[in-house]
Amino acid sequence: MVSTKEIEVPTTSVKTLGKRDPLGDQRMTISLGPQHPSTHGVLRVEVELDGEVVVAARPDIGYLHTGMEKTMETQKWQQVVTITCRMDYLNSMGNDLGYVLAVEKLLGVEATPRTQVLRVMLTELNRLSSHLVWWGTHVMDIGAMSPFFYAFVQREKILDMFECVSGARLHQSYFRIGGLMADIPDTFLPLLKDFVAQFPDFLKMAGRLVTGNKIFQSRTKGIGVISAEDALQWGLTGPSLRGSGVAWDIRKTEPYSGYETYDFEVPIEKDGDIWARYLVRMREMEESLGIIQQTIDRLPEGPIQSDHPKLKLPERDLMKEHIDVMIHHFLLASEGFTVPIGEVYFPIESARGELGYYIVSDGTERPWRVRVKAPSFLNLQALPKMSEGYLLADLIGIIGSIDIVLGDIDR
Amino acid sequence: MAEASNQPHESLQSVVLRGPNQTSQYADITTLSSRFAGSINEIIESLGEITVVVKREGLLELLTWLRDEPRLYFNFLSDVSGVDLGEFATPRFAVAYHLYSLKHNHRLRLKVLLEEDDAQVPTVSGIWKSANWMEREVYDLFGVDFINHPDLRRILMPADYEGYPLRKDFPVRGY
Repeated sequence: MVSTKEIEVPTTSVKTLGKRDPLGDQRMTISLGPQHPSTHGVLRVEVELDGEVVVAARPDIGYLHTGMEKTMETQKWQQVVTITCRMDYLNSMGNDLGYVLAVEKLLGVEATPRTQVLRVMLTELNRLSSHLVWWGTHVMDIGAMSPFFYAFVQREKILDMFECVSGARLHQSYFRIGGLMADIPDTFLPLLKDFVAQFPDFLKMAGRLVTGNKIFQSRTKGIGVISAEDALQWGLTGPSLRGSGVAWDIRKTEPYSGYETYDFEVPIEKDGDIWARYLVRMREMEESLGIIQQTIDRLPEGPIQSDHPKLKLPERDLMKEHIDVMIHHFLLASEGFTVPIGEVYFPIESARGELGYYIVSDGTERPWRVRVKAPSFLNLQALPKMSEGYLLADLIGIIGSIDIVLGDIDR
Repeated sequence: MAEASNQPHESLQSVVLRGPNQTSQYADITTLSSRFAGSINEIIESLGEITVVVKREGLLELLTWLRDEPRLYFNFLSDVSGVDLGEFATPRFAVAYHLYSLKHNHRLRLKVLLEEDDAQVPTVSGIWKSANWMEREVYDLFGVDFINHPDLRRILMPADYEGYPLRKDFPVRGY
């Protein structure tokens, strides 16, 4: 029992952390989530508080685990595409892209030039829509309501374009092994050009509305700092890592789908705080827009489907003439194709970081093992490192700044 | 009716197998293979990727050396994943480590093969902290033990769950 003389008013400043609390060990443990809107899904964080200061944060995941890696082992190679896009549902095109590229590497197939350009175009468009959701929700977590609606107006236009090409808004499954679901319809490019023409105005508006906002800056500068060494130790990738000053973008270091032929910058900030990660993503949107503009300018004519016999159904007329072609068609349509025995690890740069597909094939028509190295999983692992010592209200901002998607984490 | 032919049509013959379209570089491991010859079982080169199958006993020493050796400098652990090699296979499990070096921009895959009744491997979370959760996931879904792991609990499945879902003998439905 402490006497009244010793009791001071507990302060909640970061500076007093580590000094002995006059109230003794009366720490409070609260459960943030799993049904909390600012956890971006069903994430639970067990937070140990000293006053308002986070002493320990322990993320608890798995609420959205649906065994997708197990399900993939039961599907045929081409059918797996319908599952990959449901993992990171905000970056579904990117998730499909990683999978189809990995299987194409196992098969030794390269997509046609038109397909490669269309894949880059749609993946970058998806990166924009993913960053828009991040921007809207992250800023809303910190306390500004209206940017969310502006972001979703823009995202709606992107989803309309996805609907135009694939018929689906969120889970497109548009990329297929060896090609695309279908060629883009004539109505798509005019929509895209309209979008690209008006998007810079949105970015300018976003800059005036949030980036230049003093309150937003004071809530984010110097909060959730992680150094470059710690970030690499804890496995951070993507914009969260580039906010700590590490220039690693797989589109540059290990280019795929022809990314080496596009002209774009990799934005980097050095401070490692929420503000740095915010600036990196805002500038990434400008770069993505530039890449989309380049894909529009260079989009070549030509086939979209690779002519590998395993990936392309034979033509109707040939089937009527040749029994072997008929058998081939029947087997392709009923059993699917087989993939040579082997294993491959294919990393791509998703909107959140390094998304790696480790695929093991046993030579049958279904994958033996598909392991997805999810960027959000490791980004979330670094959350305790980033948030301990800051206020509870800052923890919300830090969760937003690493841009996690729980579907990606739990799979 | 068109002239029948036993030859497959030309559209099926003109297949050009091109190289893989990604330029992931894998590390030069000549030093590794001479220095750690005793702890390496096999080196597989396929599709431009290098897999080093290592013995469990020398794993930690080898990985620490790979991280610190200036010419290799694998400062980033990309992935730790488990593979069930089959319900009746011996060895039963493989644990694969994917390493990446930001300095040299190269990769390497290491694999440890484990028997079913001795499915344990030392943790690498002392070398790369990011291994913590990834090893927990392998433990959770495959039942592989990681010796000296700081916090070996289930991560995706509920804490009181029984069974290891990604094992091949775990049914997909009706469990």
